[in-house]
Amino acid sequence: MSAPMIEIKRVSKSFGPLQVLREVDLAVGRSEVVCLIGPSGSGKSTLLRCVNFLETYDSGDIRIDGRLIGYRDAAGGRQPMPARELREMRREIGMVFQHFNLWPHMSALQNVAEPLKRVRGLKPAEADERAEAMLKRVGLADKAGAYPGRLSGGQQQRVAIARALAMQPRLMLFDEPTSALDPELVGEVLEVMRDLAAEGMTMLIVTHEMGFAAHVADRIAFIDSGRIIDQGPPKKVFHESDEPRVRQFLQTYHDRNSF
Amino acid sequence: MSLQVFLHYLPSLLSGFGVTVLCWSAGSIIGLAVGFVVTLLNRLRFPPLHWLLRVYVEILRGTPFLMQLFLLYAGGPFIGLRLSATAAGIVGLGLYSSAYFAEIFRAGFAAVPQGQIEAAMSVGMRSWDILFRIRAPIALTATIPSIVNMLVILSKETVVLSIITVPELMYQMQTMAAETFTAFDAIFAMAVFYWILVEAVSRAGRRLEIKVTAFMAREAAA
Repeated sequence: MSAPMIEIKRVSKSFGPLQVLREVDLAVGRSEVVCLIGPSGSGKSTLLRCVNFLETYDSGDIRIDGRLIGYRDAAGGRQPMPARELREMRREIGMVFQHFNLWPHMSALQNVAEPLKRVRGLKPAEADERAEAMLKRVGLADKAGAYPGRLSGGQQQRVAIARALAMQPRLMLFDEPTSALDPELVGEVLEVMRDLAAEGMTMLIVTHEMGFAAHVADRIAFIDSGRIIDQGPPKKVFHESDEPRVRQFLQTYHDRNSF
Repeated sequence: MSLQVFLHYLPSLLSGFGVTVLCWSAGSIIGLAVGFVVTLLNRLRFPPLHWLLRVYVEILRGTPFLMQLFLLYAGGPFIGLRLSATAAGIVGLGLYSSAYFAEIFRAGFAAVPQGQIEAAMSVGMRSWDILFRIRAPIALTATIPSIVNMLVILSKETVVLSIITVPELMYQMQTMAAETFTAFDAIFAMAVFYWILVEAVSRAGRRLEIKVTAFMAREAAA
């Protein structure tokens, strides 16, 4: 059996005296969609950010397609990975952020084309062509020339997804992609993500959209206080969990969302 | 003041205005360039260099421009630095303003949202590309109003150069006042020239700002 796309083994991390991840184990297979859920401050975003090493981890292993990210095991112990190698690995990992993080001085098209030119080394014409195709794919062909400040949150997030996808990553990370959006704009972003999942993209998603998680995820992992305390198919975690903390969290969620 | 007297001195006032514009623009270019380099070097986070640049900025911001100018012009020859009055004026203005520009740029860089840098890191961009394609353009856009403001201040700081006999507008005005005993008229003539300069600079700055920040309009079409 080939290695999982993401393999997280006994990963721990502290911010000073505060331990945010405690020996976390999690694997995401090829074409699998895994949603990380849990209360705020539980460490789910930190865990996601460790996967492309935007956040360092203190101990344990995170392997992408079998390759350790962020560190290199050397004779004298573990050493930071050379910057060039880290960049090579990050090219293969698409990331979508809660606050979109588009570059405000570039149009939608330029935002998508810039990494293709700088990182993939495409010629400007090729980069623009691929960027246009990507914008079309997320339904924004007509917004190519618009600057981020002129786009709605949902449109900005779709441009951000196009920017990540244009790099043709092997997997995608989503860090609360709809949390900063007005409720009526959430749907358009989730729809793009649903299509992506259907096409077989490997996805690790931190989200509070339980409905989306229930329908799209192959597996749900529930994090509390830096530990994965339950994981399994959505049906099992959402309806049959034995963990009181999971049941309590979901109960609160249901109470808040029913009126 | 009779029109005749004014016309008599017009050529020297115009030449003074030319020297003022030259010192101001050349000094500003030096200041912007040196200030930007100071900011970039500070970003290397190399402690001894950081400390040295801190001292540089603090000395230039913490002492009067007039004193710096005297030191450069009169003290320069003692360390083998012989500059003409105008050259000393330009270099002095450049160094003096570089400290302020460095602070403006530093604040601009600090204001770039970390998330936009992380987005660049997440696609695997090199630090060099992140600096010049992402960080610097966003930082510079944010600093345009402060830079224009500083340029306006500098255009008036050029009067100090008259003290070391740079034949700029103030110097010409003083000559005119001394020769004609018409202090008030001469000052008025000078004020008009400075006003023209300041107005031109701020107008150009506003246009630049509107042009460059047009895309920053937030949620205009949300």
